[in-house]
Amino acid sequence: MRLLNRIFGLFAIIWAIVPGAVLADDVSAFTLKNGLQIVVIEDHRAPVVVHMVWYRAGAADEDPGVSGIAHFLEHLMFKATDNMKSGQLSATVAANGGSDNAFTTQDYTAYFQRVAADRLDLMMTMEADRMRHLKLTEDDIRTERQVIIEERNMRIENDPGALFSEQRIAAQFLNSPYGTPVIGWKHEMEALSRADALAFYRKFYAPNDAVLVVAGDVDPARVLEMAKSHYGPLAPTPDLPERARPQEPPQTAARRLTFRDPRVAQPYVMRTYLAPERNAGDQKEAAALFLLAQLFGANSATSLLGQKLQFEKKIAVYSSAFYSDVSLDPSTFGMVVVPRDGVSLKEAEAAMDDVIAGFLKDGIDKDEFARLKMQLRADAIYGKDDVQALARRYGAALTSGLTVADVQAWPDILQAVTEDDVMQAAARVFDRRHSVTGWLEKPLFQEVTQ
Amino acid sequence: MIRFFIAVLAFVTLTGAAQAEIKIREVTSPGGITAWLVEQHSIPFTALEIRFKGGASLDAPGKRGEINLMTALLEEGAADMDSRAFSAARDSLAASYEFDAYDDAVSISARFLSENRDQAVDLLRLALQQPRFDPDAIERVRGQVLSNIRSDLKDPNKIAARVFDRLAFGEHPYASSYNGTPESVAALTRDDMFAAKDRVMARDRLYVSAVGDITPEALGALLDRLLGGLPATGAPMPHQAPFNLTGGVTVVPFDTPQSVVVFGEKGIKRDDPDFFAAYVMNQILGGSGFQSRLMREVREKRGLTYGVYSYLVPKDYAEVFMGQVASANDKVGQALQVIRDQWERLARDGVTAKELADAKTYMTGAYPLRFDGNGPIANIMVGMQMQDLPIDYIATRNAKVEAVTLEDIRRVASRLVKPEDLRFVVVGQPEDVTVQN
Repeated sequence: MRLLNRIFGLFAIIWAIVPGAVLADDVSAFTLKNGLQIVVIEDHRAPVVVHMVWYRAGAADEDPGVSGIAHFLEHLMFKATDNMKSGQLSATVAANGGSDNAFTTQDYTAYFQRVAADRLDLMMTMEADRMRHLKLTEDDIRTERQVIIEERNMRIENDPGALFSEQRIAAQFLNSPYGTPVIGWKHEMEALSRADALAFYRKFYAPNDAVLVVAGDVDPARVLEMAKSHYGPLAPTPDLPERARPQEPPQTAARRLTFRDPRVAQPYVMRTYLAPERNAGDQKEAAALFLLAQLFGANSATSLLGQKLQFEKKIAVYSSAFYSDVSLDPSTFGMVVVPRDGVSLKEAEAAMDDVIAGFLKDGIDKDEFARLKMQLRADAIYGKDDVQALARRYGAALTSGLTVADVQAWPDILQAVTEDDVMQAAARVFDRRHSVTGWLEKPLFQEVTQ
Repeated sequence: MIRFFIAVLAFVTLTGAAQAEIKIREVTSPGGITAWLVEQHSIPFTALEIRFKGGASLDAPGKRGEINLMTALLEEGAADMDSRAFSAARDSLAASYEFDAYDDAVSISARFLSENRDQAVDLLRLALQQPRFDPDAIERVRGQVLSNIRSDLKDPNKIAARVFDRLAFGEHPYASSYNGTPESVAALTRDDMFAAKDRVMARDRLYVSAVGDITPEALGALLDRLLGGLPATGAPMPHQAPFNLTGGVTVVPFDTPQSVVVFGEKGIKRDDPDFFAAYVMNQILGGSGFQSRLMREVREKRGLTYGVYSYLVPKDYAEVFMGQVASANDKVGQALQVIRDQWERLARDGVTAKELADAKTYMTGAYPLRFDGNGPIANIMVGMQMQDLPIDYIATRNAKVEAVTLEDIRRVASRLVKPEDLRFVVVGQPEDVTVQN
């Protein structure tokens, strides 16, 4: 039963990349002279296209003190340009029966339209226009800043689980900008200015920092021609620096924290460990961790946490493990245990540690490992049904330090992972010195309210 | 130069919309079960959607939550397999089955590979026809449901929706959550699970659709094997719900920085001749995207919220025209005033010719984009059957949108949009909001 996913919503927004496998079929890749990278995915079953521009610029690329500017700029990108009125892009997409939106994570910001395939040229016209010609007014800033603060209210301030996540993630990263929330710290959001937005825009919004992904009922050669005519004339940002962000020092002390809020209905314990991510040409360790997360917490009835905590000890109502494989810098491997009524967080955490210790001692259930490999193989087939998800997979990978070849090699690398690989990766990742353990609970004594 | 180019293209494209070619075929099995099928052999899997109408509203009196709990238990063991054995068998086949209960339906979504279709269907058949409802599984899943109920009691969105439903639907099941209450769920027994299953999972309320790598002949055989053994009839269907909602403002004090608001009034039935006029009108008022009046006035111009929407909810036994917004406690009063003003403006002035034209272009252009995968198409087709739409509906739907006139919208606005009947339920610590009972 898929329960309690809601309380981990924030985590999903910030980290979630749909895991899985893709076939190499029907994917073409190009690069324009100005540096724009292009990926075309063909799916001719319906006359629809998804047009996406991904920038290699996310919240982790912000300067200190202006947290949230990447996401704020994402909102402001729907305002006026030299050639379009404020709101005209979305209105034009809608007038063509399409939908459009955008999203920001630590590693990238992406804009997309989903529209009838014969409208692709118009989408490129507008998206290319706002890559270099945004025009912001102080009035835009004032109004839209209120909107992102209301967005923060909705996603974070109104949700104790999200507030808890912010504190945990901040404790996980000692030096990496991943410790700062994508949406921004509230006090810094309130001071974000037009100059801050434009500085970020001018530096990062350029063809040599972008990836164009077009997926659907299209001809790759035609897409390339269209892209040349719309994106080709745009000037790259000269001397765009390497994406070298502050890196973590050795983490040498386990961290613990407790977040209490009267709005907590269901306490839980969450543990994350610093973990290596997928790197170009080097994805084996990440593949082992990916399988480890599946073994620990993919399915409550068959995964380790579910079997031990929900079925055998009967101390949990929900448990899960998660790992962010696509990430520019080292990410996290984590697990969560939601105890049954009457079971303390201390007991829940101890039981979780028993599962880890037992796994390191007893190893992997061979049948479960075989089932997992079978499911990953099937994902390549099911995955072809959702071309937009495929497009997102390429866009996220290419803005997180990976290449098209890495994306296409991933399914085979997953299949090649051995039980021994997983055990070794587990032994490396389950190092308490690299971990944060958080408890989310109600206040010890309920405050008296009038 | 570019500006001119964009303006011209946007105008020219008003006429042409993508035409998805969806060939639906009705398949009747040898045993008399019908399904709608779209054959799509390019990917070797099938998406299957099954619905049992009535859903959680068929809970027996005093047993609120039984159909929800029963549905959640269908994947927790069948025939000689306990929960873990069932999951292992499913995972070995790389099949997926999702079981969900809603107010008006119990829903089963399955997908399975062509290479092991028969085994995947046989396993699903056991879940549907021989679930075990083992006591330990009941206790485990009951614990999950109770945890969800506890969480809902502290979630401002859920609180607002629940209070709204309670004010609107009197004694009808719609007035309460299909999760049940802590007390009702605690009292459910194993016998209740078998009874609940037979109330709702019967062939006289069954709807099926399939899309993918399967022929009509194979689907016919599959239907009989999978569903033929279910009972022919189930419980009597629910009654029409009363609609007790009155205009005003309800405040539910809850200590949180942003007030969450659900608002609404009486809506319109799906089969009403004016449904399409209402549907287009709602698109202009508060439909999806950034173009609606509410989104422009509350978010784009004033920055009072991240999102504000309105929608028609034609349930099987009640119709609501409702919306939602969330605003900081010190701004929510202003947001409510802007929404009220928009309600009044729509009732008084209707919509403009340009708004109507824009909405039609959006809606007719967006419709074909929905049919972009086996899963989505199967889902749409089963919904069409449940709404009693004809099998050629997809080809005629855009013409129904195009046919809506300004006069139609004026008529439906005067019938549906009544500012004095609008009820706001505000959960939070709102400032400048006056309670009106």
